Amino acid sequence: MSQETKKPRISERRRFFTDLAHHAGLGVMGVLLWAGYTEKAKSSPLTLRPPAALGENDFLKTCIKCGLCAEACVNRPQNVDRETGRPRPGTLKMAKAKDPVTIGTPFFNPRDVPCYMCEDIPCVPVCPTGALDPAKVTDPKSGELDFRMMRMGLAIVDPNSCIAFWGIQCDACYRACPLLDEAISLEYDRNPRTGKHAFLKPVVHADVCTGCGLCERACVTEKPAIFILPREIALGKAGAHYVKGWDKKDQQRVEERIGKDVTTHDKSSSESPEDYLNRGLEF
Amino acid sequence: MKWSNVKYLILRRIVQAALLFLYFAGNYWGWKVLQGDLSTSMLLDKVPLSDPFAVLQIFATGATLGVNVLIGAAIIALFYGIVGGRAFCSWVCPVNMVTDLAAWLRRKLWIDRIERKVWITRNARYYMIVIALIVSALTGLAAFEVISPITILNRGVIFGFGAGAGLLLAIFLFDLFVVKNGWCGHICPLGGVHSILGKYSLIRVTHTSENCTLCMKCKEVCPEVQVLGMIGKRSEDVAKAECTNCGRCVDVCDDDALGFHIRNYLSK
Ligand code: SF4
Ligand code: SF4
Ligand code: SF4
Ligand code: SF4
Repeated sequence: MSQETKKPRISERRRFFTDLAHHAGLGVMGVLLWAGYTEKAKSSPLTLRPPAALGENDFLKTCIKCGLCAEACVNRPQNVDRETGRPRPGTLKMAKAKDPVTIGTPFFNPRDVPCYMCEDIPCVPVCPTGALDPAKVTDPKSGELDFRMMRMGLAIVDPNSCIAFWGIQCDACYRACPLLDEAISLEYDRNPRTGKHAFLKPVVHADVCTGCGLCERACVTEKPAIFILPREIALGKAGAHYVKGWDKKDQQRVEERIGKDVTTHDKSSSESPEDYLNRGLEF
Repeated sequence: MKWSNVKYLILRRIVQAALLFLYFAGNYWGWKVLQGDLSTSMLLDKVPLSDPFAVLQIFATGATLGVNVLIGAAIIALFYGIVGGRAFCSWVCPVNMVTDLAAWLRRKLWIDRIERKVWITRNARYYMIVIALIVSALTGLAAFEVISPITILNRGVIFGFGAGAGLLLAIFLFDLFVVKNGWCGHICPLGGVHSILGKYSLIRVTHTSENCTLCMKCKEVCPEVQVLGMIGKRSEDVAKAECTNCGRCVDVCDDDALGFHIRNYLSK
């Protein structure tokens, strides 16, 4: 009896709603904390992904973090150290907690181990989820894997630290490139400082470069003067309204638009220009 | 110590260690026995096996998945659903070794006998599943997979440990000092998924109350004591979903009152 009088009585109804609020509150708190951490756990935009990876957002959704790609890379038959007969370190690494990459997802750092652009691309078909999509590296005509279609990133030359731009002869990156003279070409230029020597400047061609990073690996400077960036970071975008008048293929884009209405329609379209251009002005 | 008192414990440790070794060999020597990790593996280079919870989270992000993981998740779900029950948690999961060690130390250090001040519902794991799926949908990243101590330990053995190993120590300390069987018995959403999956499995522990001497050794070792409500009262199967089929209760029982058997759905 005395116990019952001490505690204020709570009706069943009140208890039900309090419990409900309690659970909902805890649930919302859990979602907020966990979602906040998950957002933070996403990779740095500078992350380089394996060949044929989906775009970063879709890749993060799809990759299950199984490591089959990394295992296929390190265990490919060509990847043996000739001296020891043991496999060399693989290109693809599975991110750990301290890497600036979502934990458990595959990435590579070309200065450590570049991608060797294997002809049979063993890392891609093993992916069970489709986070690495074979279609992205399959020649639609022949139906065969084509390593030239890989687009892991793009090589960028820093002309300030590249010693070829100083006039010192170096073609380390040019020679390291598996797509020799296609992805990097050497541009000859007069060296006005000496008056009698040439510059041999490396120039990367974005439509050919795969971003394998063999050039970055080969670069002789202390911190590489040629390095790989994800293509979304490295490339700008001119926009549809710039057309190369000298390029037949590009010109076609204009032809394709003829017949379509390309005029902008908005609120002011029905008014005469004199009206809306002068509106709000004082004379 | 009698063999019959540690039989299932030792068998489980052998299975857990052998699986980790095969995963390690799959990466290190390229053995094609068991490749990948616990999220998705390739058995004998042919059969995909996938974690149904990871697949569920990926679905929640809105991604479309390749057919291999779907087959893999179906195989795992059917195997545990029909045969194994929640056996993943005690026979496969590497974190089980960490949390079992914490539970053992708790008993040895008498921490168990000190009054428990922190209380967490054993249903927390089911709320965790729901929250993980909501967070996956909101952020576009499988939410439990970025914090899962299971895959952190599993990948650590296969690809090398990183700073994530600290999480394992945290779970060990949590189980040792904060809540008994805190992680596996209360919080882990993967354990929750395997409880749901395995609820109707054929392999169950069964109790014969006529043989029971009420020594209560089983309740002392069981990581999910609430499933042993029938001890000494009724002869029946341990039917609650959370039993991990670890067999510790069978091990410690000296009176033949607990044993594994195949559930008979027909006789009921
Ligand atoms: S293509 Fe590159 S990432 Fe793939 S297996 Fe070869 S070296 Fe490794
Ligand atoms: S094989 Fe595919 S799903 Fe597995 S880690 Fe590599 S990219 Fe992710
Ligand atoms: S990354 Fe460098 S080496 Fe590789 S294709 Fe591009 S330019 Fe050539
Ligand atoms: S009832 Fe027995 S088999 Fe089930 S979890 Fe408890 S100790 Fe393990």
